[in-house]
Amino acid sequence: MSRLKTTRTTICTLALLLTGSALSGANAAGTLTIATVNNGDMIVMRQLSKEFEKAHPDIHLNWVTLEENVLRQRVTTDIAMKTGQFDVVTIGNYEVPIWAKQGWLTEIKPDAAYDINDVLPAVRDSLTVDNKLYALPFYAESVMTYYRKDLFQKAGLTMPDAPTYDQIRQFADKITDKGNQVYGICLRGKPGWGENMAYVSSLANTFGAQWFDMSWKPTMTSDAWKATLNWYVSALKADGPPGATSNGFNENLALFASGHCGIWIDSTVAGGLLFDPKQSQVADKVGFAPAPKGPYGKGPTWLWAWSLAVPASSHQNADAQTFITWATSKDYVKLVAAQKGWIAAPPGTRASTYAAPEYLKAAPFASFVLNAIKTADPNGPTAQPRPYTGAQFVGIPEFQAIGTQVGQTVAATLSDQMTVDQALASAQSSITRALRQSGRAR
Amino acid sequence: MALKTKNSTRIGVTILGWGIALWLFFPIFWMFLTSFKSEVQAISTPPKLFFMPTLSSYAEVFERASYWHFTFNTVIVSVGATASAIALAVPAAYSMAFMPSKRTRGTLLWMLSTRMLPPVGVLVPIYLLARNTHLLDTCTGLAIVDMLTNLPIIVWMLYTFFREVPAPILEAGRMDGATRWQEMTMVLLPLALPGIASTALLSLILCWNEAFWSLNLTSSHAAPLTAFIASFSSPEGLFFGKLSAASTLAVAPILVFGWISQKQLVRGLTFGAVK
Repeated sequence: MSRLKTTRTTICTLALLLTGSALSGANAAGTLTIATVNNGDMIVMRQLSKEFEKAHPDIHLNWVTLEENVLRQRVTTDIAMKTGQFDVVTIGNYEVPIWAKQGWLTEIKPDAAYDINDVLPAVRDSLTVDNKLYALPFYAESVMTYYRKDLFQKAGLTMPDAPTYDQIRQFADKITDKGNQVYGICLRGKPGWGENMAYVSSLANTFGAQWFDMSWKPTMTSDAWKATLNWYVSALKADGPPGATSNGFNENLALFASGHCGIWIDSTVAGGLLFDPKQSQVADKVGFAPAPKGPYGKGPTWLWAWSLAVPASSHQNADAQTFITWATSKDYVKLVAAQKGWIAAPPGTRASTYAAPEYLKAAPFASFVLNAIKTADPNGPTAQPRPYTGAQFVGIPEFQAIGTQVGQTVAATLSDQMTVDQALASAQSSITRALRQSGRAR
Repeated sequence: MALKTKNSTRIGVTILGWGIALWLFFPIFWMFLTSFKSEVQAISTPPKLFFMPTLSSYAEVFERASYWHFTFNTVIVSVGATASAIALAVPAAYSMAFMPSKRTRGTLLWMLSTRMLPPVGVLVPIYLLARNTHLLDTCTGLAIVDMLTNLPIIVWMLYTFFREVPAPILEAGRMDGATRWQEMTMVLLPLALPGIASTALLSLILCWNEAFWSLNLTSSHAAPLTAFIASFSSPEGLFFGKLSAASTLAVAPILVFGWISQKQLVRGLTFGAVK
């Protein structure tokens, strides 16, 4: 009988504990729940947010850090179902216009002290819909070329001020030394709309290719796309690391930082990481150059702005706007510089950051980043007129699915499962089908 | 000669057994090792087996996230889900084992079929239910979902164990005037205790490691250790050292618990087979 009593007591205790946990699930007034990713700049923001709480004792911050894809899925579910679990969300300039048009985001109205005109126009425009601002940029990135100065010197090569893809291929051929695990070029190969397709889309633009014509017909079988993929596949096969289809941003960062890549073309955010001796074994050997140009020579390049937005479902709109205004302000940049050093200042968002001599001294790649963002031109023209915006992505909701699917066929060309022609034909038919299903094309 | 052959077979089997065990354990060993490396050492090629160990990843993990908060949530959810699942599964398995009907077999198979559906297939309805009942981001909500997820396996396991208990023993209890409740709690449960314990252990491990629902139904208040691990993955930056440290911290309690109880677990799992 005593055993029965013990069992009942245990069940009651558990029930009480679970009920207690249930009650604690509700958001208290004045508590902001912030959903973010685990990037270096976000971690700094989280550490420095204690200063915000000190200045605003009525606002308590609750952080939810998630992996990028999980974050996107969680936040989308939360906003679409109007659950109101998050008061501030970290999203990119791909999501902002789409979600704003759906009425999922609150318009942001920063005061005069915020100095919105200090935010780089390309970044600001990418977060604006119908002249209304729907998110504030936390940090922004474009694309640039990283190379090993020591390998170039050894091979008697000089990186031009404005390299072309033909030159990059020649350089990669010359510095590849597979016996010593030095690969001439590292590029994203991991399938995904934000992985290999971010790079390939940017590459396609400068090769004169584009995703759709004005009637939303895919143009994947065009000569420009063939030239794009032929360059990409042949460069990676000849001079790239083995297993390139497994390499995304982080894997290539690891390869370059450990001395296995001669040239790497990727996001400007890697500059700070490669330049940091704690994270990079080649910190003193990294050279920087603009992203190479293809045969077309123009076209949108790359622009991604990790931004803070307030979901329409949040019940604490005013406090949330106060926080995001603080976290993206000029004063915040100064706070980071004072506490973590100028090298840690969030890049790519404010002209004032690039006007600070201390920042230019601490980050020798700063001018390349600023120039890359200024010339990213995500809404600019491609070789032929296009019905969409975006540089390394297509600004339509279907792109996540389309991009990932095409990314898989592109990866299949690297692993010899498909030829370039087969991959492009397959991409053409899968995109056509997807757009027909979504009702965008007939 | 026969003895020599027998010995060499035994040695061969032992080596094979150790080989498979080490092969299975290697990822955990490597994760443990990586957790003591700096981020640069963690990504070095070829991988380093010998290095100067550092606790920097652990220090950073503890600085960035409240490990004990996540652990507390995991314990509450795992124990709560397991206890409630056992409480529901025992009567269910009891009735199916000792009072079977012509639909018992079909019911058992139907219960198991719910495990064959990918969880994402029911994400939207479960999410809406949790939202409408205010169970989002609560340990109760997650424990209920974990309990329902594991219930079919638990019923199946208990059903198998109960079937091994001779029905005449229960009948003898009934002859002595025991009620159904007394028959179940005072005769059946003590007899099937090893089986119930191993089922509970298995359920505990499944709940501890469950990630899909944890990531989708919780955010901050009720987030368990799986969410803690996920928060150390980064799209832009090196994180293998910190991720390994977080993973080691997350699996350590259940690993130690598993080691301590492995004898009971194996005895319980083979309970039916050796009878």
